[in-house]
Amino acid sequence: MAYAELAETEELHEPKSFITKYIWSQDHKVIAIQYSLTAIFVGLIALVLSGLMRMQIGFPGSLEFMDASTYYQAMTMHGMIMVIYLLTALFLGGFGNYLIPLMVGARDMVFPYVNMLSYWFYLVSVIVLIASFFAPGGPTGAGWTLYPPQAITQGTPGADWGIVLMLVSLAIFIVAATMGGLNYVTTVLQARTHGMTLFRMPLAVWGIFVATILALLAFPALFVSAVMMLFDRLLGTSFFIPAIISLGQPLDHQGGSPILFQHLFWFFGHPEVYIVALPAFGLVSDLISTHARKNIFGYRMMVWAIIAIGVLSFIVWAHHMYVSGMNPYFGFFFATTTLIIAVPTALKVYNWVLTLWRGSIHLTVPMLFALAFILTFLVGGLTGLFLGNVIIDVPLSDTYFVVAHFHMVMGVAPILVVFGSIYHWYPKITGRMLNERLGQVHFWITFLGTYAVYFPMHYLGFLGMPRRYYAYENFEFIPQSAHDLNAFITVAALIVGVSQILFLFNLFWSLKHGRKSGGNPWHANSLEWQTPETPPKHGNWGYKLPVVHRWAYDYSVPGIEQDYLPQTVSEEELIRLRESEGGQKSTDQEMTGNADSEGGE
Amino acid sequence: MAADSTLNPSTSSGWKQLSQDWASDKEAFKGVPWGKAMMWIFLLSDTFIFSCFLVGYMSVRMTTTDPWPIPSEVFALDIAGRSIPLILIAIMTFVLISSSGTMAMAVNFGYRRDRRRTAALMVITAMFGATFVGMQAFEWSKLIAEGVRPWWNPMGAAQFGSCFFMITGFHGLHVSIGVIYLLTVAFKVFRGDYERRGNYQIVEIAGLYWHFVDLVWVFIFAFFYLW
Repeated sequence: MAYAELAETEELHEPKSFITKYIWSQDHKVIAIQYSLTAIFVGLIALVLSGLMRMQIGFPGSLEFMDASTYYQAMTMHGMIMVIYLLTALFLGGFGNYLIPLMVGARDMVFPYVNMLSYWFYLVSVIVLIASFFAPGGPTGAGWTLYPPQAITQGTPGADWGIVLMLVSLAIFIVAATMGGLNYVTTVLQARTHGMTLFRMPLAVWGIFVATILALLAFPALFVSAVMMLFDRLLGTSFFIPAIISLGQPLDHQGGSPILFQHLFWFFGHPEVYIVALPAFGLVSDLISTHARKNIFGYRMMVWAIIAIGVLSFIVWAHHMYVSGMNPYFGFFFATTTLIIAVPTALKVYNWVLTLWRGSIHLTVPMLFALAFILTFLVGGLTGLFLGNVIIDVPLSDTYFVVAHFHMVMGVAPILVVFGSIYHWYPKITGRMLNERLGQVHFWITFLGTYAVYFPMHYLGFLGMPRRYYAYENFEFIPQSAHDLNAFITVAALIVGVSQILFLFNLFWSLKHGRKSGGNPWHANSLEWQTPETPPKHGNWGYKLPVVHRWAYDYSVPGIEQDYLPQTVSEEELIRLRESEGGQKSTDQEMTGNADSEGGE
Repeated sequence: MAADSTLNPSTSSGWKQLSQDWASDKEAFKGVPWGKAMMWIFLLSDTFIFSCFLVGYMSVRMTTTDPWPIPSEVFALDIAGRSIPLILIAIMTFVLISSSGTMAMAVNFGYRRDRRRTAALMVITAMFGATFVGMQAFEWSKLIAEGVRPWWNPMGAAQFGSCFFMITGFHGLHVSIGVIYLLTVAFKVFRGDYERRGNYQIVEIAGLYWHFVDLVWVFIFAFFYLW
């Protein structure tokens, strides 16, 4: 008997009190919601920060408190929060926690207690991060990459305490991510249900699974660089600080290597891009297949592409450092590997499009976001091909072209998937649908708005507008048109930012007033839609674990009336369905035997 | 449960079995308990931490402009009027490797359900570990007495002290955590917790961690003390 099946021999224990059920919960679903809400909360802080920055760029001097230091602090915190505390936490801690056990047919993560600790460590890291806003000197303004020596030398905002709190917060976050990540990986490998082979797992699980492995192997580099920089700052060691003169005084450091930090940081930093992107790839594959009522095109290729991207992501990191001073042969190597990574990535894009091809595309809100993801990711990916080449990167480096590229590819694109996935899985989480009309308004403002924000930035980059400047007046090489464009971008950004209130309102309003969804409102195949209750109870599956007979993408199978076959449908049931073909309608309830009876559509 | 992995001696080759296991349902590693799988994955992650520390050390050793002290002289002890290079480290390494031996024996007795011997051997392992940490503390205090600091080093490059305290400190932390871990498990073994449950896998899992800490030391020894 496999270890996962032992679950069927044990009694189900359900926590009774409010505190063990919702606060110190060991249920993966509650932990997922805790993770998500915390991540969305810090994400809102980062969103406000970006609005403040855009005000300064679009309308210089319009905010009285915005001086150069404040600007850099806002920029640093915006970047760090968005990449680590929002996207990483939301994809792995939020979606990973919620979906992995449900999708592979497990009762919970393998070690629920460790999983709970993971969330609480994450919360502590967030608190330490927010505390840096109130520290003397404010949060660090070193840029989200925290390059030394400037990150810890006087003159940089927050060089006294902000940077210390930032690094400590990162270290705590890494502990949290490791505890969670060990759980996710072990659950996927060892706790699947009857019939759930690796190649029957939905791509969402594959994406999160491989991303988690990347996280477990990439975060150590960030951890080590954070420890070393803390020592440089607090103990006066010289890991990263060479002999330099700062503010007219020679520092007490010598012999360190700032480039070492860059290597360590990007050895983490590039896989980090895919820690965010791979879950997005996986989730969006499921959205597209479900809402186009068609099996995913090239499932095995999609899985191998995810794995290939994951492996390759570890040998491309120095393409972030072309202008840091590097042997040209290294530049050649890293440019080559970077361009090679485009092959599996392009394969995925083709497969999404081929899944749509002749599909029965339902333009539901999740599908709208999925389609928008393909378009946005395509633009961001293509500019990535430009920047992967040394010779194009050197002039474009540190311009708004880069800002546009990475916001498109790892900012907007994954966030669109986040939105789409929330609209898709909200019915499973709460038992109610999000409001469709409100969702459409939210979608169009967000999609068109983000294009209005980031598309013109490519042009600004070609003009040579440098990134990370606090003010752009009095530069002759920046024409007036660029300033007008900046004002336009700011207006668009503010509209997009404010429109997210619609989404938040929808989230809370639908909790009470949303239409009842039933167990499987999208008629989807994967296991999480086949739970006995919606929302699923503690233990997910009642007494017996589900039995899986097929992959997750049997949509529009010829010969039967119903256009989907849940993974739990056996061959005998399929034959029965084929025989009953032509006469009576088959219902979901009959099919799965355990779907929620709350009225289907 | 542990015997499961030895079942199915099918006629197919090892590679075929591997791919069959991975393509099967429920478990990718047949009969491997969750805790053991998780420990292996954690150790893989921890390997990357130590690798980054060692790479960082090698990197600053190359960038620093001051001469690097000669380890065999720095880590020499005066015994009976003669300076013996690396003698303390040699003993420490011997102690730690011996502890791996006793740990392996503990695992063996654990699977034989020999409660007392398992617990005793684990305590011996932990004592070896504590001895190692004690000797490391002696080494630290000796270097500190000679004026070596994380930020400064009278014998040359400041990074020597930085790397020494950081890497051996991080490893010593691992050993200390391991000692506490082993003692906790040993206590539970002795009390008979696992006898009731009928499985001693936790002993093996603790052993995995211990062997890992031991293995990491070999690399630190090679790259920091012998280079």
